Amino acid sequence: MSAPTTLEQPTAQPEPSKKNNGGSLKAYLGQNIQQYGMIAALLVIVAIFQVTTDGLMLNPDNIAALIQQNAYVFILTIGMVMVIVAGHIDLSVGSVVAFVGGICAVLITDFELSWPLAVALSVLVGGLVGCWQGFWVAYAGIPAFIVTLGGMLLFRGLAIVILDQTIAGLPGGFNDISNGSLPAALGYIGNLDGITVFIGVFAFVGLALAQIRARGELKKLDLHTEPFAAFIGKLVLSALAIGAITYLLASSAAGTPIVLIIVGVLVLIYTFLMNNTIFGRHIYAMGGNLPAAMLSGVKTKRVNFLIFVNMGLLAGVAAVVTTSRAGAGIAAAGTNYELDAIAAAFIGGTSVNGGIGKITGAIIGALIMGVLNMGLSIMGTDPAYQQVIKGLVLIAAVALDILNKRRGK
Amino acid sequence: MANDTTPILEMRGITKTFPGVKALSDVTLSVARGEVHAICGENGAGKSTLMKVLSGVYPHGTYEGDIVFEGETCRFKTTRDSEERGIVIIHQELALSPFLSIAENIFLGNERAKGGVINWAQTNKQAADLLARVGLDESPDTRIQDIGVGKQQLVEIAKALSKKVKLLILDEPTAALNDEDSAHLLDLIRHLQGQGITSIIISHKLNEIAAIADSTTIIRDGKSIETLDMHGAEPVTEERIIRGMVGRDLEHRYPEHTPTIGEEVLRIEDWTVHHPVDHSRVVVDNASLNVRAGEIVGIAGLMGAGRTELAMSVFGRSWGANISGKLFLHGKQVSIKSVDAAIEHGIAYATEDRKHYGLNLIEDIKRNTTSAKLKRITKGGVVDAGREVVMSEQFRKDMKTRANSVDVVVGKLSGGNQQKVVLAKWLFTEPEVLILDEPTRGIDVGAKYEIYEIINKLADSGKAVIVISSELPELLGICDRIYAMSQGRITGQLPRAEASQESLMRYMTMEKSGATR
Repeated sequence: MSAPTTLEQPTAQPEPSKKNNGGSLKAYLGQNIQQYGMIAALLVIVAIFQVTTDGLMLNPDNIAALIQQNAYVFILTIGMVMVIVAGHIDLSVGSVVAFVGGICAVLITDFELSWPLAVALSVLVGGLVGCWQGFWVAYAGIPAFIVTLGGMLLFRGLAIVILDQTIAGLPGGFNDISNGSLPAALGYIGNLDGITVFIGVFAFVGLALAQIRARGELKKLDLHTEPFAAFIGKLVLSALAIGAITYLLASSAAGTPIVLIIVGVLVLIYTFLMNNTIFGRHIYAMGGNLPAAMLSGVKTKRVNFLIFVNMGLLAGVAAVVTTSRAGAGIAAAGTNYELDAIAAAFIGGTSVNGGIGKITGAIIGALIMGVLNMGLSIMGTDPAYQQVIKGLVLIAAVALDILNKRRGK
Repeated sequence: MANDTTPILEMRGITKTFPGVKALSDVTLSVARGEVHAICGENGAGKSTLMKVLSGVYPHGTYEGDIVFEGETCRFKTTRDSEERGIVIIHQELALSPFLSIAENIFLGNERAKGGVINWAQTNKQAADLLARVGLDESPDTRIQDIGVGKQQLVEIAKALSKKVKLLILDEPTAALNDEDSAHLLDLIRHLQGQGITSIIISHKLNEIAAIADSTTIIRDGKSIETLDMHGAEPVTEERIIRGMVGRDLEHRYPEHTPTIGEEVLRIEDWTVHHPVDHSRVVVDNASLNVRAGEIVGIAGLMGAGRTELAMSVFGRSWGANISGKLFLHGKQVSIKSVDAAIEHGIAYATEDRKHYGLNLIEDIKRNTTSAKLKRITKGGVVDAGREVVMSEQFRKDMKTRANSVDVVVGKLSGGNQQKVVLAKWLFTEPEVLILDEPTRGIDVGAKYEIYEIINKLADSGKAVIVISSELPELLGICDRIYAMSQGRITGQLPRAEASQESLMRYMTMEKSGATR
């Protein structure tokens, strides 16, 4: 049995992989259109409002308010992306926010705990709520839709039990979490807040260094990298974006909102978690093909459990932020927050079928919703129509995503 | 038998092409009125495709050739068209809705109704009559999920009868049945024959065919080879049928390979596995086998023989229930109860169904490559992305996976290249035992050759390799030793030099009673 020569031919074919420099810029943009489509949509929406509100949209104080008003969405959607990527959903987070917020307010007032301790305990309670739901989803095998629908009722009810009366009069330090800004510790450069400028520069330099290092490593190993023009373009664009936001915040009345630091740190941590850790990989693997993940040795139950524990912890953080923003524990707090978080994730490109989704995408999704809220409010649009518009945007975003994928096939 | 000399069905010159594959080529089939006609052939020979052409699953126009039923040329657009003429096919996977009652299932899509409103009295009455005809003693109200597979099969036949069936096609009807249910089903087919119903039965079980068929058509590589008269002057033996089924020349070629065989790596003894849902069904029955370093061992078997189930149960008990038996690695007995433990112990299993069980199609090559042993590229839980790219790129080059880079999404690759990613994924786990389930299914000849070369290289590097394949020439071409399985048992073991397609097929079709160990 000798090998026939005809069969050798396929192996002798030229290797297309020799093109290690990654092909043309055009091809690169084509592949990444989805990623940049969302950013482009955000910019277009901002530009439209900038015109229709006579420049009020990008008023520095409005930008600070945009971040403070939407902090809870940013925080919740981080956890929601992970839940959805794994192939689940969490409908309970709004109620959990009210429940944990109530506990936080009670701990501060009735138990007279110092507010930092109360905050830490509240986040822990959020984690316990996550354990409860994670147990039913992961180990009892009940669909997350059901478990968290139950949780939605359960924790809203418990919130009302705890907060039969709104608890107001929380300490100033606590209220500053969501309403305060970093002190102007570095003075002013012209009319720009020094510390905000410092953070902006620090953020850009950090980002640029990380990118350059990653690229250098790929180059060194003679591996596929994105086209140089795209690389530089990306750096320039992020410089512009960070620069613009820094400028706006630095010239706002109060400077950098404290909550922006919290959100920023969370985004960094979770982006790293999703991209660079085994845990993150396992979430994507399970969402992409659950049986294949099981046959690859992924402990799927444990991962599912942890995903919900994590969602609970983040709901705890969101509860603290929400309670601080209101300055009070309110039983009706967090109503529809789960929908905001889910919508942000989907608008940000998370796949309805699981397996695909990015934290940064969801943050952009949350920004799109937040900008719509703010812009329409400034314009004085009837709240009823605001809802109509947001509903249409959600459907349009997911429809575009699906069409895009279909064309890709 | 057939007094009316014109056949009830004639299929002439049927050719059916799928993109890149000629599934049927000029097939002729003639079925006499009132007979039981068997169709035999290896897995993938084209039997099921032929029946799908006949029943209209593949509509007229997507194939060449003529179907003449009761003297009339038919052009079926859908299965409904063929059913109207009295041709009903019962597929291997039963098409019953588990939560509906027997009566509802029998008349599903054919409801006893007036103006859209169901007449329940009629439905249940007629269902009861049909159940009596097939000898099923169950209430028509019983839900399908509450009866066993054997009875479900009878419900399918009752459903066919409700459609005034003239030609009943049964695709592997007894594959999932126990002996008693099988016997009952064969009796029923004979009984229906007495009522004038013609049957076509596709089966791997040659003793059944010998017992029930009036004539047998053999299909091989998409061609009709011959039709045997089972009542002719010369008795048709199982050997005769086997010769027809495998009697082809070796078309595929295999790379030359001289094995260097070392110590035993894996051995299982008295391995028994039950069905995960139906615990009473024994799927792997007292199997024992071993494989040595540098050796390529094949497992041959027809569909339903229990090969995949055996492999998956060994691979961290990823299939089956009530698994018993002993598992030895390097002569030491080990207990492996989860997939990650199996991977830790150096066992790898590359699935036969790479799309559903093997790969995450929406992820790229590198992430798939590392997915079964991320630990290799992580420190303190953090993935070293650089090493991931470097290592998966090395595998891509070694395997000649054709893709621009390891960033390409796996779903966009061809079948052969996907299979190479599956192999890379399992080689990445640094296994000592590699179980490859249908490693060349659905890929073209050139890529097959490359896969064979990779398998040889693996064996040469000292790995113990088990190859499960439905293609006997493939097993004969690459394996050093071949086990044959039939109905959950290992019925024989042959070194390459002594193995032939005929000898393997003999063991593969060996019945339980005749099994020797």
